[in-house]
Amino acid sequence: MTVLINGVVTEAEAGASLADVLAAHGVPERGVAVAMSGEVVPRASWASTPLRDGVVLEVLTAVQGG
Amino acid sequence: MGGAIAATGILDDPLLIGGREIGSRLIMGTGGAANLAVLERALVASGTALTTVAMRRLDAGGGPGVLALLERLGIEALPNTAGCRTAAEAVLTARLAREALGTDLVKLEVVADDRTLLPDPIELLDAAEQLVDDGFTVLPYTNDDPVLASKLADAGCAAVMPLGSPIGTGLGIRNPHNIEMIVAAMADRPVPVVLDAGIGTASEAAQAMELGCDAVLLATAVTRATDPEAMARAMRLAVEAGRLARGAGRIPRRFWAQASSPTAE
Repeated sequence: MTVLINGVVTEAEAGASLADVLAAHGVPERGVAVAMSGEVVPRASWASTPLRDGVVLEVLTAVQGG
Repeated sequence: MGGAIAATGILDDPLLIGGREIGSRLIMGTGGAANLAVLERALVASGTALTTVAMRRLDAGGGPGVLALLERLGIEALPNTAGCRTAAEAVLTARLAREALGTDLVKLEVVADDRTLLPDPIELLDAAEQLVDDGFTVLPYTNDDPVLASKLADAGCAAVMPLGSPIGTGLGIRNPHNIEMIVAAMADRPVPVVLDAGIGTASEAAQAMELGCDAVLLATAVTRATDPEAMARAMRLAVEAGRLARGAGRIPRRFWAQASSPTAE
């Protein structure tokens, strides 16, 4: 299946969890937050969150600003 | 002697936002600094205890490491919702910031357009109400409008942060009387007034405090100054000077001169 991570189409294995895909994408465990289809997924739920084909993920972190 | 004690007293009186003590009345932003080394020297010189960061896509660049820097300096991060145009976008960004940084503090920004970056008051109030309901400590960046400031305070915001002039303009405080009216409107509430945006130089930060603001938030005036470290120190001293002057009670303005030496009679 494919998932969209920050606008980039990414291949993922069928049955992969959110945690699997984020780890494969090199997303660090600290200082980031993930929204799936516009809803925040708490870090504690990443491993138990299944993905469906075509799902839209946004991965955010803090940068200089304001 | 008594005067000196009174003078230190007002400077020791801590800034309280949502019941938490903030160790400095100068809140800094991290935007606009040429690099992290420049930013670090400016933050240290400013004496700030609370500093804004923005939330962006992980791979969008823009300086990873700002969080590590704040952690190392012992400065609390204040995530903002910069770039959001609607209440829905701002609420999602605030929730992502809470998850990423583990803080319920949020500098709520909902701007109307890119040219003015002025707050959209209707979306702002809507977002503030939703975030207060969701347990956030909400610090809204707002217009210099006493009516809107009161409505934000009524909604449960922990502070109100009126602009002096549009973000990044360095035009100072364009409507000092409105700022004074906001200060007066908040006088009976535990809601500090933070002058946010538009400060260009130290005298304007001092003026904000003389008008009765509880704190000043600025970024560009320091980070884009020719010497950010020196300007950060100037801002720190200006905020202290303005607060002391406010507490000291300025003389009334007079139309005609009044001799300060004894008159010959």
